[in-house]
Amino acid sequence: MAKKKTTTSDDSALHRDLLRSMLLQRRFEERTAEAYALGKIGGFCHLYIGQEASGTGTISVLRDDDYVVTTYRDHGQAIARGMTPREIMAELFGRSDGCAGGKGGSMHLFSRDRNFLGGHGIVGGHIPLATGVGFAIKYRGGDQVCVCFMGEAAVNNGAFHEALNMAALWKLPVIYVIENNRYGMGTAMERASAINNIYERGAAYDMARGSVDGQDVMAVRAAVGEAVDRARAESIPTLLEIRTYRFMGHSMSDAVSGTYRTKQELDEYLKRDPISLLRAEMEENGEITEDEVAALDEELKAIVEDAWQFADASPEPPPEALYEHVLVDTTSDDLGAEAVR
Amino acid sequence: MPIITYREALNAALREELQRDDRVFLMGEEVAVYQGAYKVSKGLLQEFGEMRVVDTPITELGFAGVGVGAAMVGLRPIIEFMSWNFALLALDQVVNAAAKMLYMSGGQFNIPIVFRGPNGAALQLSAQHSQAWESWLSHIPGLKVVAPATPYDAKGLLKSAIRDDNPVIVLEGEMLYNTKGEVPEEEYVVPIGKAELKREGDHCSIIAYGKMTVVAMQVADQLAKEDIRCDVVDLRTIRPMDVAAIHESVRKTNRAVVLEEGWEMCGVGAQVVDFIQRDCFDDLDAPVIRVHQEDVPMPYAKNLEKLAKPDAAKAIAAVKKVMYLEG
Repeated sequence: MAKKKTTTSDDSALHRDLLRSMLLQRRFEERTAEAYALGKIGGFCHLYIGQEASGTGTISVLRDDDYVVTTYRDHGQAIARGMTPREIMAELFGRSDGCAGGKGGSMHLFSRDRNFLGGHGIVGGHIPLATGVGFAIKYRGGDQVCVCFMGEAAVNNGAFHEALNMAALWKLPVIYVIENNRYGMGTAMERASAINNIYERGAAYDMARGSVDGQDVMAVRAAVGEAVDRARAESIPTLLEIRTYRFMGHSMSDAVSGTYRTKQELDEYLKRDPISLLRAEMEENGEITEDEVAALDEELKAIVEDAWQFADASPEPPPEALYEHVLVDTTSDDLGAEAVR
Repeated sequence: MPIITYREALNAALREELQRDDRVFLMGEEVAVYQGAYKVSKGLLQEFGEMRVVDTPITELGFAGVGVGAAMVGLRPIIEFMSWNFALLALDQVVNAAAKMLYMSGGQFNIPIVFRGPNGAALQLSAQHSQAWESWLSHIPGLKVVAPATPYDAKGLLKSAIRDDNPVIVLEGEMLYNTKGEVPEEEYVVPIGKAELKREGDHCSIIAYGKMTVVAMQVADQLAKEDIRCDVVDLRTIRPMDVAAIHESVRKTNRAVVLEEGWEMCGVGAQVVDFIQRDCFDDLDAPVIRVHQEDVPMPYAKNLEKLAKPDAAKAIAAVKKVMYLEG
């Protein structure tokens, strides 16, 4: 683990970007939990705290025209993808300035501008969507890639098998990222999956596969980077298992520890907080000082406070929004010559 | 006007729309090399190639989701289910993904997709292969559902479905594939959401869709011999339903019978009856009667299957009952 690296100024800038993104996600979600406790956010709400290096490292190697499909644990990835804290917090608050106008909520964050294709609430159900995005990329002859995040529990689902088989069969540029946080809600991986090296599921499809330490954002970057290169250059899918841990409960109603996992186990994993690890490395390399970290933290807290105030001031969706966006009233003809090629 | 089969009409619609828009592709089991389990896609692989006419593994959930994903980023998939019975495995993609994406993304992602295939009972296929799923599918906001009865409507509605920017369910009839009808050579579409008054009469309205429209026409012919004159309202689209067309007919005849292939409980016919009672209560001279499959899984034995299915005899009895002619 403790490899000594020579740090270039490029690395240093990259580290700062990654630290900034992960810390923003952390501060954002700490306030999310607070807003939930105050009743400003309702419904199901799943925090990403502890897993930030996974989404951040993964998304950091993507181009803007690549695609991301994900699960309901989507706040951190949405921030990593460049969605604004304002539009996300307003969505969580169920307000009209939210990214989905308050129609989706925590589990369904979407951004067409950022090619962020949701935010899906049925475990495993979104995996075929990513295969379809990969199909579309190949259909159009593009060199984009699609990343599909899922939890480790999703691999036991039929949709996973069907989607990966087709991606391998058709050679589609999709990177299936398993965020293995060890628990599907309260069921430990070992109690749900017949094999513990989850990435080996890829063998069934003769798919490129591997696992990586999900608390080390640079390691995640490197592993995803390889998969992305392969997908872009050769249109080959990859199954990548990112081994991580969630520091909070499954959702807001779940105790952090005590039922299905011990406090001792949690404490062990807390020692490998992805943000602390990167920060320590940066400090050790002389890339950042304690004061600079403190200043960054204050800046990010202010951004989150601004998002909160923005969300709180944003109006509720008007009653007429209820019947909007059930259907569109257009056809392919309405797009004219551009649509009909 | 050329007379072609329902199957050929669907094939022509697919061919024309594949020619018209290169974002359109057809995907499903046996659609390409095999030329379609019911030969609806005959010749399309040869004309359009394997990227646009795509054979899939047997994976309804998977390829339905592939279609939705492709639609999210701008393609216009036509997903063929070999049978809607198999599509139950894919309903998560139809209901939770296709139908809801626009709404839960706040209008950012519409899903221009067609899910099509045969629906309803054929002959002696028994319980798992003989079901009519329209009431399930029509229950869902965010979907449109069409059920063409004739070759003309099959072609025109499928073309409209492919051009629609929403998810559209096309329920074909296995027993209709070989039926024939006039289909013009020139370009046309049939609008989604418009019923057709297929036959005029002032004694009783028969409201039907899909295969039961064919039965309704037989019933009207039969009853005409007894000087009972029926309106036949072919809904053509189940969702959104052309309620005005139903009202217009019922206000004229003051009596109605609703035909459907599905089961009674929570069926499409129940919704039609509701639309009638809400706005035509004072127009009715008799309670509306529904004709539907008996409330049992479809049996295999020929005699039992006949008993289970809604048919012309049951519909004729229903019309006579609402006219207080017998029983």
